[in-house]
Amino acid sequence: MTAAIVSSAPATGKGAARSATSALAKHRQELSTVAVTIPFFAYTACFLLAPTIIVIIGAFQTRDGGFTLANFAKLAEPNTISAFVTSILVSIASSVIGAIVGGLASYALVIGTKPNGLLRRMVSAISSVLAQFGGVMLAFAFIATIGINGIGTMLIKAVTGLTVNPNWLSSLPGLITIYCYFQIPLMIIIFLPAVDSIRPQWREACESLGGNTWDYWTRVALPILAPRFISAFLLLFASAFSAYATAAALFSQRSILVPLMIQGAMRNEMDPSQQGFAQVLAFAMIIVVAIVMMLSHAVEKRAGRWQ
Amino acid sequence: MLNQPTTSQSATRHALSQDEDAFKNDPAASLAGVRGKDVTRAAKALLKDSAKRGGGSIQMQDVVKIYPGAAKRALDDFNLDIKPGEMVVLLGGSGCGKSTALRSLAGLEDIQGGRILVGGQDVTGTPVNKREMAMVFQSYSLFPHMTALENVAFGLEVRGMGKAERRKTAMEQLELVGLADQAGKYTQQMSGGQQQRVALARALAIKPRVLLLDEPLSALDAKVRVQLRDQIRSIQLTTGTTTVFVTHDQEEALAVADRIGVMNKGRIEQIAAPRDLYQRPATEYVATFIGLTNRMPGASNGEEAVVFGQRLPLITGSAQGDAVTVLIRPENLTLIRADANDSHVGEHARVAAIHFLGALVRVDTVITSGEYQHRGNSKPLEVTVQLPAGELPDGLAIGDDVIVTPRPVAALAC
Amino acid sequence: MAVNNADNTAPTAPMPPQLRAARARRQSIIKFVILLFTLGFLLVPLIAMLVFTLRHPLSGRWSLAPWVAIFTGNGETLGADLTVLWQGLGSSLALCVVTVAIMLLLMVPTMVIVHIRSRALERAIEWVATLPLTIPAIVLVVGLGPIYRWLSADVLNTNPIWLCFAYVVLVMPFAFRAIAVGLNSIDVKTLVEASRSLGASWPKVFFKVIIPNLWQSILSASFISIAVVLGEYTVASLLGRMNLQVALYQLGQSNSQISTAMSLLALLFGVVLLVALDLISGAMRKRKEGK
Repeated sequence: MTAAIVSSAPATGKGAARSATSALAKHRQELSTVAVTIPFFAYTACFLLAPTIIVIIGAFQTRDGGFTLANFAKLAEPNTISAFVTSILVSIASSVIGAIVGGLASYALVIGTKPNGLLRRMVSAISSVLAQFGGVMLAFAFIATIGINGIGTMLIKAVTGLTVNPNWLSSLPGLITIYCYFQIPLMIIIFLPAVDSIRPQWREACESLGGNTWDYWTRVALPILAPRFISAFLLLFASAFSAYATAAALFSQRSILVPLMIQGAMRNEMDPSQQGFAQVLAFAMIIVVAIVMMLSHAVEKRAGRWQ
Repeated sequence: MLNQPTTSQSATRHALSQDEDAFKNDPAASLAGVRGKDVTRAAKALLKDSAKRGGGSIQMQDVVKIYPGAAKRALDDFNLDIKPGEMVVLLGGSGCGKSTALRSLAGLEDIQGGRILVGGQDVTGTPVNKREMAMVFQSYSLFPHMTALENVAFGLEVRGMGKAERRKTAMEQLELVGLADQAGKYTQQMSGGQQQRVALARALAIKPRVLLLDEPLSALDAKVRVQLRDQIRSIQLTTGTTTVFVTHDQEEALAVADRIGVMNKGRIEQIAAPRDLYQRPATEYVATFIGLTNRMPGASNGEEAVVFGQRLPLITGSAQGDAVTVLIRPENLTLIRADANDSHVGEHARVAAIHFLGALVRVDTVITSGEYQHRGNSKPLEVTVQLPAGELPDGLAIGDDVIVTPRPVAALAC
Repeated sequence: MAVNNADNTAPTAPMPPQLRAARARRQSIIKFVILLFTLGFLLVPLIAMLVFTLRHPLSGRWSLAPWVAIFTGNGETLGADLTVLWQGLGSSLALCVVTVAIMLLLMVPTMVIVHIRSRALERAIEWVATLPLTIPAIVLVVGLGPIYRWLSADVLNTNPIWLCFAYVVLVMPFAFRAIAVGLNSIDVKTLVEASRSLGASWPKVFFKVIIPNLWQSILSASFISIAVVLGEYTVASLLGRMNLQVALYQLGQSNSQISTAMSLLALLFGVVLLVALDLISGAMRKRKEGK
């Protein structure tokens, strides 16, 4: 008994001292945590924040650095409007096709197969590569397929006698087809985890409660997948809308999409009539993508009630 | 008229879950109908009431299930006969086929032979959603995008019930499981026990002919498990729904079942009331699976056995021979100090461990007499004795020499 | 009961209807059609590329010339100057190394420490690191233009290697996700507390305890970054620097066969990289489970 009392007394004293030092230590620890993040934030400030601010400021700047809204007048020019319309059209169409085909493919890869099946692993590895494939290489792939001297073009001619319009690739349907080539794999990568989260018990429960296949899809599976499908679709849209390299490699001279227009504006920056044009276009792109991302966030938040 | 009730009741049992049409079309049922003319109004009412309460009889006859690519049969001429309103538990270790049996009954697995009758109707070729059975799964079966109420109403919605009515029915079911206040919650916001109660309410809402429970408690905490199993049993008794409950937990099985079917290698080894199963196991597997059992060497003539010099009666179906194993429960053994021996029966043993269980004491002993060796190996025979605390010799300590004797209670020899 | 049974039992029992199996068959047919269609669409252009490299588009002659040119490094037989390709390939490979190094140094220690100590800062870093998904590369280039003009004139030079600064930003969202997955799958806090209580110093904890446990996600972050850097065209071309994609584009103007062959190789390299990652992580998982 005495031993316990004796030993407990200094312990309390030590405890008090410790709590004083621990407050100090905690403060120091917080400071050191913030300090550790300084390189990261400094770096992103230089190479992410600064360029973004330069774009935004540039959009509102006159030639000699004053504030103006005049730069935005160019957004109303028919050329610009048509570029935005084409860009948005191509993005929506390729995202719709990409989301549906990619969604179906994800379903086909998951349902009734082992979680770590070889086919599934191969397809996801290839998809990860192809999703990054939107670029010069993609343009080459389609030129090799249905360009003027493409293999597909020749095959079609040999088999059916029809000549594929050599400009088909740079037409709207051609562009949409090419964009689908990276949209489908992108959808597969994004959507596989969502399909994975569908539990077989839900289907069995639905059936045992008297539901048929139609009930299962319309009342259970699709409502559960819908939020993630929509947010995946929006991400696909953003990726198509931002894509530059493929289009740049296909049509070097024509500015039919917004990114190509930015490229043109950057090349002609010295032209006084083009003052701030690249920045204004870039600013408008940020706005479009930001709206899309906000929508996606809103969809996810709504589903967050039950997810 | 007065001596008729037994007949009428058995007729009732036959037809319990058959709806009116089936009743007319089935020759057997119409035969029952002829008899029914003599049946009293009261019996008719009973029949109608039972049918409404949704208890269907179940017969699984010679069911064979082979999984594609598997060499062994998951169900091997499986037979099961369940009376209306009964709660049968299928008990067994993993891979014994108990879940397969349940899923075959539900229609979630194809069977390769035999047939399944519910309420006398052959449902072997009926798809899952037409079998009018409801299943509660181990876990994760609630629809995550629906509230508890919407989940319970799902089966009614599929059946085309109006919105107001299905809300009302679903609410009643939630009240039955004591979750009326959680009606607006989503799956993620509920505890595991609450989720399983919602799943139970969802299954009962459609007034199924048969309720199927596939290890519904095994993902829950021990305390919740006991509460919920008692609740399941009391709800089942109120609704009178024929229920098949699958579990690997013998305590759970003993607590809720009318009858327990102990499964092994795709067959039922024995199906009996919990008490019979414990006291009169038909096979060695059942005896060792349920409760603790000592394997003791002895000699048997099929009727009686001699173990450690003690004569004891044998359960029918016991083996005969001079060297058999007799399965004796720890509470059917007794021990006394070696120096207090005044009897000619019993064997010497050394106390290895003493476990106090409150009113009972369990003593692990090792038989020291060299005569009795565990069959097939040279390890000394270990025997566990369970005594009421008052019967434990005073001051018994580990290492003490005792004499172990069986009590003359019926046992199984094999 | 007896009547019931006698009436319903057929003398010879045929196989009961296999409803589930029939459905599984229907499902696998649907699966097969979907996958055939999708994989077909994805594979046809790749096959066309291969055929395109083997068959001269104008003369129709079959030859291995483009592949020979790439592997011997001599494009004279095809009248192509490959120096620009080697230049581009060289700078892209160097960019891979430097970008991955900066990315790891910048992200891993920060993410680990923030993960242990501050939920709020972790959120902030997540927001910033995934921001490049919202800001298209083409937009970033518009803003990076002035910065790079200043960098190359006053601080560094026009060497393409300095593109790494922009590339780290481009790979950040992918790298962040890969590392975050790793951090969330192990209990870093307990690991650190346990090893600190055993008297290990911070650097020791970091290198001997955390890094080995994060190995898989560090690898996956690096591989994805490499894939992104090898495929990058926008920033390099608009800032006027040479990298693999810019070189492919330029070469494509004069000899599309060689640049198509090189594209296929780059693609193959990417697939090999990711399949290797998959195999490595599979093997590691197996080893862990084995233990």
